[in-house]
Amino acid sequence: MDGTTAMSTVIDVAGVSRRYGEVLAVDDVSLQVGSGELFGLIGHNGAGKSTLFRAMLGLERPDAGQVRIEGEVVGSSTFRAVRRRIGYLPENVAFHDNLNGRETLAFYAALKGVPEADCARVLERVGLAAAAERRVRGYSKGMRQRLGFAQALLGHPALLFLDEPTNGLDPQGIRDFYATLGTLQDEGVTIVLTSHILAEIQERVGRLAIMKSGRVHAVGTVQDLREATTLPLWFELRLAAGAHDPLHAAAAALASDGCELRMEGNRAWLRCPRPVKMRALAALAALGALLQDLQVREPSLEDILLGQKTA
Amino acid sequence: MTSRFELHPVAIVAAKEFRDRLRNRWVLVAAAVFTAFALVIAYVGAAQQGEIGLRGIDVTIASLVSLVIYLVPLIALVLGFDSIVGERERGTLDLLLSMPITRLELLLGKYAGLAAALACSTLIGFGVVGGLLLLKLPGAALIHYAGFMASAVLLGMAFLSLALMVSVLASDRTRASGMAVALWFFFVLVFDLLALGALVVGGDRLGGDALPYLMLFNPADVFRIINIFGFDDVRALHGLATVFPARLAHPALLGGAMLAWIAAPLAIAAWSFRR
Repeated sequence: MDGTTAMSTVIDVAGVSRRYGEVLAVDDVSLQVGSGELFGLIGHNGAGKSTLFRAMLGLERPDAGQVRIEGEVVGSSTFRAVRRRIGYLPENVAFHDNLNGRETLAFYAALKGVPEADCARVLERVGLAAAAERRVRGYSKGMRQRLGFAQALLGHPALLFLDEPTNGLDPQGIRDFYATLGTLQDEGVTIVLTSHILAEIQERVGRLAIMKSGRVHAVGTVQDLREATTLPLWFELRLAAGAHDPLHAAAAALASDGCELRMEGNRAWLRCPRPVKMRALAALAALGALLQDLQVREPSLEDILLGQKTA
Repeated sequence: MTSRFELHPVAIVAAKEFRDRLRNRWVLVAAAVFTAFALVIAYVGAAQQGEIGLRGIDVTIASLVSLVIYLVPLIALVLGFDSIVGERERGTLDLLLSMPITRLELLLGKYAGLAAALACSTLIGFGVVGGLLLLKLPGAALIHYAGFMASAVLLGMAFLSLALMVSVLASDRTRASGMAVALWFFFVLVFDLLALGALVVGGDRLGGDALPYLMLFNPADVFRIINIFGFDDVRALHGLATVFPARLAHPALLGGAMLAWIAAPLAIAAWSFRR
């Protein structure tokens, strides 16, 4: 569960709450992100991801708690030095339409105190070099997103905050994006990103936090979360002739452990609680050739996120 | 955000705002509008006295003052009302605020850049007319004209400051534009009527002495006072030499009032923008 022990903590969120009128957008959230981690923040729209993000960056002053980045309290007098080490891609990033790509980056580079020469490098990195002299007004959604990513990469930041970074990217763009993230991670950059497309990030992030109604519901690797969950798993079976009765007998022996069997023609589904997984598998293996095929259906991250109620 | 104030980010934002206004020809168009109106007014302003054409500089200034009072606040409000709320609505504010810049620096940078654009337009626009006057009139009177242009720039700064305040306070652009229009109506049209009403109704009880000071609470009136009561000959022209207390016509007091009108709305904007 604790992936941070080996690494030094770079982002330390301690008891942060943020209220908008009646709505508690972020509710007493604490979490740590270690140096060099690729950390995912998952949740539905409105779960509080963006607000938590904005609090981490000091764009939102928490009503309670505090955020430390590299040991410095966010929003303190040293924020400028910390800001220079951060790249941020906001959700639904927007630019001043009257500038072209290069000018847009030059403006942000000037504000960050980054040499203008760095603009060409980041444009190259996100694959926008050819469109650098075109007005941002004419950019597609994907190109704007790339430009936003380029802007975040200005000045080789040690930390990247990316809010819904693959919004508007096509499948190839998404692959390119994660390839770039991989390179950055190799360079030691700490990356936090949010998403509601779970299938996309569950293979790619090291650890993730699941947010629901402003609370962090669970933190850990995908494996940690699967193991911690009480969601059952499924065995999907295809039966040979004569398998019905032996399968019934095997399922009956597992019934006291909470397994349930459903059959339909030559297909069957055995639903088991996670701790019984290996015992159930052994019982099914004992049926030998009576089973033509067996597939284990693990709960997806999506099931974890959607299937559990807030406590 | 408690952080030491730095000038460099202010300059970067200001330079961008100014460059934007040059590129989209805002400065040019505003200057053209000022020039066109000023020329017309300067030529036909005294038609009611049976004259047409460029006359004495003080008379011309008196005509132009009325024009400036209507036009400059309007253009300043139009220029500035969108500056913060527009970025907020288009979603560009988020990214901007994530940069190593404080909110105060961003606000001042916006203000400085827009103020420079407005000052350019004002000086070019009325400068053209001033140039024509120079061809026709002795140089000494042009001091008055220079004072008129400088005070017109200050008037623009004051209403630009109000525009930025509106832009920070309003929750969306529609409301910001509504508030800007309301401010224009209030300061340019309604305020003097209210003051006059107060004088008529309150009369002696309020004391006629208090009214002139009431004028300091309207930047448009401060501008009027600077240009009309600031010069003896113009004052005589308006037949107001006896009504207006000389103390109030002191340049330091009027200049101070104008600077206060620039500083106060900006201060409110900065305070409100902080949270």
